[in-house]
Amino acid sequence: MLSVRQLNAFYGRAHILRDVALEVARGEVLVLLGRNGAGKSTTMKAIMGLVRPAPGSSVSFAGTEIAGSPPYAIARLGLGYVPEDRRIFTDLTVMENLEVGRQKPRDGLDPWTPQRLFAIFPNLAAMKDRPGGRMSGGEQQMLTIARTLMGNPRLVLLDEPSEGLAPVIVQQMAEAIRAVKAAGLTVVLSEQNLHFAERVADRAAIIEKGIVRWTGTLDALRAEPAIKAQYLSV
Amino acid sequence: MDFILIQFLTGLANASALFLIASGLTVIFGVTRIVNFAHGSFYMLGAYLTWTITRALWDWSGREPALFIAGILLAALAVGAIGALIEIVLLRRIYRAPELFQLLATFGVVLMIQDIALAVWGPEDLPLPRPPWLRRFVEIAGSRFPQYDLILIFVGPAVLALLWFLFQRTRFGVLVRAATQDREMVAALGVDQRVLFTGVFFLGSTLAGLGGAIVLPSQSAFLQMDLAIIAEAFVVVVVGGLGSVPGAFLAALLIAQVQAFGIVLVPKATLVLVFLVMAIVLMIRPYGLLGRPQAHARAATGAVEPVIRPAPAILGWAGAAALLVAAAAPFFAGPYMVTVLVELAVFVLFAASLHFMMGPGGIVSFGHAAYFGLGAYGAALGLRYLAVPMEAGIVLAPLLAGAFGLVFGWFAVRLSGVYLAMLTLAFAQIVWAAAFQWVEFTGGDNGILGVWPSEWAREKGAYLWLALALCIGATLLLRRIIYAPFGYALRATRDSELRAEAIGLNAVRIRLGAFVIAALGAGLAGGVYAYAKGSVFPTYISIPKSIDALLMVLLGGVQTVSGPVVGALAFHTLFLTVLQAFTWWRFILGFAIVLLVLAFPQGIAGFVRQRWERARGLEAA
Repeated sequence: MLSVRQLNAFYGRAHILRDVALEVARGEVLVLLGRNGAGKSTTMKAIMGLVRPAPGSSVSFAGTEIAGSPPYAIARLGLGYVPEDRRIFTDLTVMENLEVGRQKPRDGLDPWTPQRLFAIFPNLAAMKDRPGGRMSGGEQQMLTIARTLMGNPRLVLLDEPSEGLAPVIVQQMAEAIRAVKAAGLTVVLSEQNLHFAERVADRAAIIEKGIVRWTGTLDALRAEPAIKAQYLSV
Repeated sequence: MDFILIQFLTGLANASALFLIASGLTVIFGVTRIVNFAHGSFYMLGAYLTWTITRALWDWSGREPALFIAGILLAALAVGAIGALIEIVLLRRIYRAPELFQLLATFGVVLMIQDIALAVWGPEDLPLPRPPWLRRFVEIAGSRFPQYDLILIFVGPAVLALLWFLFQRTRFGVLVRAATQDREMVAALGVDQRVLFTGVFFLGSTLAGLGGAIVLPSQSAFLQMDLAIIAEAFVVVVVGGLGSVPGAFLAALLIAQVQAFGIVLVPKATLVLVFLVMAIVLMIRPYGLLGRPQAHARAATGAVEPVIRPAPAILGWAGAAALLVAAAAPFFAGPYMVTVLVELAVFVLFAASLHFMMGPGGIVSFGHAAYFGLGAYGAALGLRYLAVPMEAGIVLAPLLAGAFGLVFGWFAVRLSGVYLAMLTLAFAQIVWAAAFQWVEFTGGDNGILGVWPSEWAREKGAYLWLALALCIGATLLLRRIIYAPFGYALRATRDSELRAEAIGLNAVRIRLGAFVIAALGAGLAGGVYAYAKGSVFPTYISIPKSIDALLMVLLGGVQTVSGPVVGALAFHTLFLTVLQAFTWWRFILGFAIVLLVLAFPQGIAGFVRQRWERARGLEAA
């Protein structure tokens, strides 16, 4: 579904991503694990075209080369992006936020509607006309995922969905991600929280200093405490 | 009481046109973050095109009201198409350029449209013939009130309602509102921004064109409409709050009423009154009536100002050599050349003083000509009313400019970004208005003549030496200050006000200091200029003069110390040698500005420095 090879990215002269390579199969949930500043968010932004991939990078999505394409074109191919800082349109209501995300239905996928999304995120149903700026952090996090799903993506990039959320909301978030997977979508999420990752992900890729250090299933990761200690423990 | 009612209704009628223009400007700014100077030109084109189209329609089938309305709408749509075209051809390429370069590019468009309008419609004012139904009056409270103005009163609210529907009830409107807040996120959700931006530009330009169209019957189309309206439109947008359409409506009502009553109560000072209202609103609500702080106005990642570095030694030697040649000019060059050299010295200081605020201070002034003009008028008024000799006039000039710099700066430095720039423009317009309207004191449009130097400096060569000593000396002093502790503190407040304050710097006071120093420099330049020309005029304070200064600094490159010097020399030489030889110099200058912005978004000196360093393996950060 998504194949990333030799992905390099820079902020000014700082070399942030170094030959990142990832393979994501249709219908799986891959988690990018790593500490703060490891390059997880930049990887997602570079895939999405929000950070320009350096020449020679290759990002192939459903058979189409997308490295260097503008973000809107990448989104229209069916790649959804949920940013870490949520970036809700605070002046717009919940329904209007969803409207901004809406794109045409995609072949082979049941199109998302506000009603279908409210089934996954029941909190949102009760505040359809509330401006995004007057919602709690958890509600905003739900809305930002729902907004991206309105674009009927085939694959969703979720940047740290559990960050800064209360435990009960984290629980709901895990269920939501499983529901998204059950709807036939592919998910790539980034996490610092290994427990959360274990609840939702099939496979993991560990990033450190912009380099992919390890990939494998979460079961395999559990069997390697040395890897966990080296790259993940704080 | 009747008089009050009639003035009130007049104010309401004027508010409609003002709202149309300002709403277009505010919508364009909200989404594209471009301060569109060319918006006034769209307004002017709306009036001219209505004049042409309506007359053609009337010639074809009689002077009917329906054809007049058709003419207005066709003209507005044509202006919208022109705006969309400019967006596609020019602005689309520079959305990522620094704000000032975008502004400069739109000013290039202003100049081009001025000459195009002159070529197409000629220099005469063009009034629309007024058939009887356009001259009709209605009786209100015993007074006659134009029926057309009565209809205009309802145009503003009607357009507000339409815009409300568009923004609240259509997908386009929701996308525009979302993009106003975070355009990168909108793109990441699959929305093609190009379509959105072009659509917004079409909408905004159509509104400006409509504004120009509806004022045609009561005004006539003329060539100075563009800059006359743009300052007012800026005021309305800023008072209303950038990006807010309802805010623009409220502000248009407020400003139009201030004008309607001001013209009766203080006919000499309507412009001053308008800008005073703006200053008061901004003091109470720094983001305008319905505006909000710009959260992340710019999505650009890692936009850090490069460190200002001294010019390489070779440039210093070249400058010293040029100065020597200039000083020796009276011995080998003719009087014209010497006059030009005096002007160059003046403009070098003028540009360097603006650069001092903009580069190290990050304080972008749209109205630096105010201090230049205050200097010039300081010298001239001193002569006229106090009969002070040149030696005292040269001291009075910067002092007057600096005193006003202290007052205006006190308001301005508390704001930032576009609001600050607009406020400085407004202050410059106050000064301009005083010089232009207060005829008894300043001579108005005729200026003040006979401002000649003292006996010993009356000979051209001697005056050149004086000008070089004062202007280049002051420029070197400004350069010295950039590398003094004050300069470092100033740069610290520019880069991070919070962190600067956390280490004990008083950011507001430091910025105010920079503002006053810049005003002193510009005032001195103005004083020297006044004695060189022997006269002062309100044009010294006009918007184009402020733009000249910006052009000089930007052409040279903001983040180089030698930039303003290079820019001033290049700009003024270009102006004297190339441009004056052409009839259509405005078009050529505008076109050159647009091309320069497209080719060198870092300015000439910035570009050369980058090339220089790259050639020597010193990759610029």
